[in-house]
Amino acid sequence: MTSHDQSLQLRDQVLAALAAAETLHIRGSGSKAFLREDAAPPASRILSVSDHTGVTGYEPSELVITVRAGTPLRQVETVLAEHGQMLAFEPPGFAAGASMGGTLACGLSGPRRPYTGSARDFMLGCRLLNGQGQILSFGGQVIKNVAGFDITRLMAGSYGTLGVLLEVSLKVLPRPEAERTLVFDLAADTVLARMSDWSRGAWPLSALAYDGERVLMRLSGAEAALKASHRHLGGEVLAEADRFWQQWREQELPWFHDPAVSLWRLSLAPASPPPELPGHWHLDWGGALRWLKTTAPAERIFAETARLGGHARCFRSAVRQPRQPPLPAPLAALQQRLRTAFDPHGVFQPD
Amino acid sequence: MPEALPPEVLKRLTACLPADALLTSVEEMTPYECDGFSPYRRLPRAVVLPHNEQQVQAVLRICHAAGIAVVARGAGTGLSGGALPVETGIVLSLARLNRIVAIDPLNRTARVQPGVRNLAISTAAQPYGLYYAPDPSSQLACTIGGNVAENSGGVHCLKYGLTTHNLLELRWISMAGDRMTVGGSGLDGPGYDLMALLTGSEGLLGVIVEVVVRLLPTPPCARALLASFDRIETAGAAVAGIIAAGIVPAGLELMDNASIRATEAFVQAGYPVEAAAILICELDGRVEQVDADCGRVERLLTQLGATEVRQSASEAERKRFWAGRKAAFPAVGRITPDYYCMDGTIPRHRLAEVLARIATLAAEHGLAVANVFHAGDGNLHPLILFDANQPGQLEQAEALGARILQTCIEAGGSITGEHGVGVEKIDAMCLQFGPDELSQFHAVKRAFDPDGLLNPGKAVPSLNRCAEFGAMHVHANTALHPGLEHF
Repeated sequence: MTSHDQSLQLRDQVLAALAAAETLHIRGSGSKAFLREDAAPPASRILSVSDHTGVTGYEPSELVITVRAGTPLRQVETVLAEHGQMLAFEPPGFAAGASMGGTLACGLSGPRRPYTGSARDFMLGCRLLNGQGQILSFGGQVIKNVAGFDITRLMAGSYGTLGVLLEVSLKVLPRPEAERTLVFDLAADTVLARMSDWSRGAWPLSALAYDGERVLMRLSGAEAALKASHRHLGGEVLAEADRFWQQWREQELPWFHDPAVSLWRLSLAPASPPPELPGHWHLDWGGALRWLKTTAPAERIFAETARLGGHARCFRSAVRQPRQPPLPAPLAALQQRLRTAFDPHGVFQPD
Repeated sequence: MPEALPPEVLKRLTACLPADALLTSVEEMTPYECDGFSPYRRLPRAVVLPHNEQQVQAVLRICHAAGIAVVARGAGTGLSGGALPVETGIVLSLARLNRIVAIDPLNRTARVQPGVRNLAISTAAQPYGLYYAPDPSSQLACTIGGNVAENSGGVHCLKYGLTTHNLLELRWISMAGDRMTVGGSGLDGPGYDLMALLTGSEGLLGVIVEVVVRLLPTPPCARALLASFDRIETAGAAVAGIIAAGIVPAGLELMDNASIRATEAFVQAGYPVEAAAILICELDGRVEQVDADCGRVERLLTQLGATEVRQSASEAERKRFWAGRKAAFPAVGRITPDYYCMDGTIPRHRLAEVLARIATLAAEHGLAVANVFHAGDGNLHPLILFDANQPGQLEQAEALGARILQTCIEAGGSITGEHGVGVEKIDAMCLQFGPDELSQFHAVKRAFDPDGLLNPGKAVPSLNRCAEFGAMHVHANTALHPGLEHF
């Protein structure tokens, strides 16, 4: 595996941009550029982290790995798999080259998320290059640490607007001894209720999804526990389940790609009734994450999701439209002040 | 006695609060002069006990306008002085906002006010087969608002996480009186993850007025193993061995001989008093999973050098195994006039070496240390035994405590795993962080509270204070592996 420390070069680029009063767009591999609102920035304004790579620390008995931000996600997963461990938030990469830093900056998590935790839940520490060109260390390599504000977790989902993630320490988990995916054919209007029932039972769930036709339930744990659970729950065993979950989390299934229709991501209470919106649905996270393919206008989606106490974000947009609803004024002002606290001169622009 | 509040401020507070919600006499305020970290005591200028969110908001607006500091307080069980009053301000008690607003069994959440006790949430959720996982040892008394402020842990956080991993939504009020909601009814919310930042911020960023926590299905089966060791180092190595084998126990606790003897004398849990150390390992889940895990862990413990391994054969026996652990602090309290409970974390694979180092340091200071801690998390709680009535012993205990924390940092750990910084560890923060990191913390603080009125002087030291403390920032790896690249 490659290992390059580009911290100083990256810092120099930030200092140069500061001196020239120019802006920078932080970029890993560019695998999630489709989440961006606007046209691609000019190449000269891109701060590329993709050459800043390498695993700098990994002690399997600690369940902690430390990697430079440009390290490809798939390489991190390979190293962990060699020791029977995994990134338990099961992050999607959305392209072969996706970087660890970009994955965390977007804060996305896969189907295992409700049962093991999200990207930010697994972040223990980071080295951060802020908008003043300072390299800072927060958190650490230990699982419990409450010294200072939790700036590490703030970085998850901040989309490169607060600073450059240089290095992150992540908690990892052992791979389950065994897994089994069960398939249930259910009438569409009974899916949410059944998901809610299953989620309240102490089953060894590690994914619970609905692909528009069937419910897919993954169980993880000791073989004996899976067998016993399967006996109680019923359902048919899905063949090639690993491949299915891989395609599911990476949105490789054709359903997710329709250039004429926007793909929306709705975060809702898992038992929320179906939103009154036209379109086609896939469910993940036991109902807490809902994918909607629709041509409905953004404002209607925002209003309906807000009515249900949730949050909508346009994930793949077929048209120019707002991607997220505006935040309430005090919160928006606070976010702006927070951004200024990390990047007082506005060097970093979202990429 | 601090200066009384200006009459104008008193008048405004009186106007917005019921008569029983404003305390200004020494007699009334004395119960608020300290929290669970009792060496430090101080009276505030007033104590307010609002009954609802609107009153909290009104109090904050009044204090903000008048430039009066505010120290938020839950049950006052904190162990680092986070709720210690400040001379320039008032104490804002959230104890009366103690309503469980709703248990939502379908979505597995509880919506609660900040003054609700930690254990009361699980009690209310129990009829639905659900519970709230984080269980700090003070869970009978401590409040969820305080848990959020301190990012509290507990015995089960190795598997179930800290407070920060179990929250879905926070409603909070800024010092300026703006009410905001972060998180949401789903598993993530819009914008920056301010919930992560607010959790563990020790009352420096905002005042929590409502919390939605995640509830989990109660595991159908839980069993505990009790393993004895003739050397504490072997017990420490066994902890790393269990984790390395791919098992994540619900709890993994270590007690040394001093703690074993003290607890056995106190609660007769049936612990082996001759053992140098014991490990308590709890496994939970469906019964088939627990059967499989117990078998594996029992074999592992024997391979890793345990002299005896007992498995709880009944719920009563499991509770007995835990009874000793849960009574360990008061038990140690019976054998010493005073003790000082430390809270540091280290990487697990350095447990054995750090425990040996603590024993050496204790001998140098002429004091005894009892160890009882969350070994699975690498979260140490050395209890330094001393007698405050013996001249110089308190100072020796504090000096030993500081050296133990320094040892934790040098081992690649942290000065606090779950008790917080408060006033107790404010100087140790100068060891863990450099001036640039501290400046970044201050910049974050200013974004939330530009006038610095929320819990001033706690959690994050000023650069001047660190300069006076004279401590060099010790970066663990730099100190230990000067050959590695670092900046």
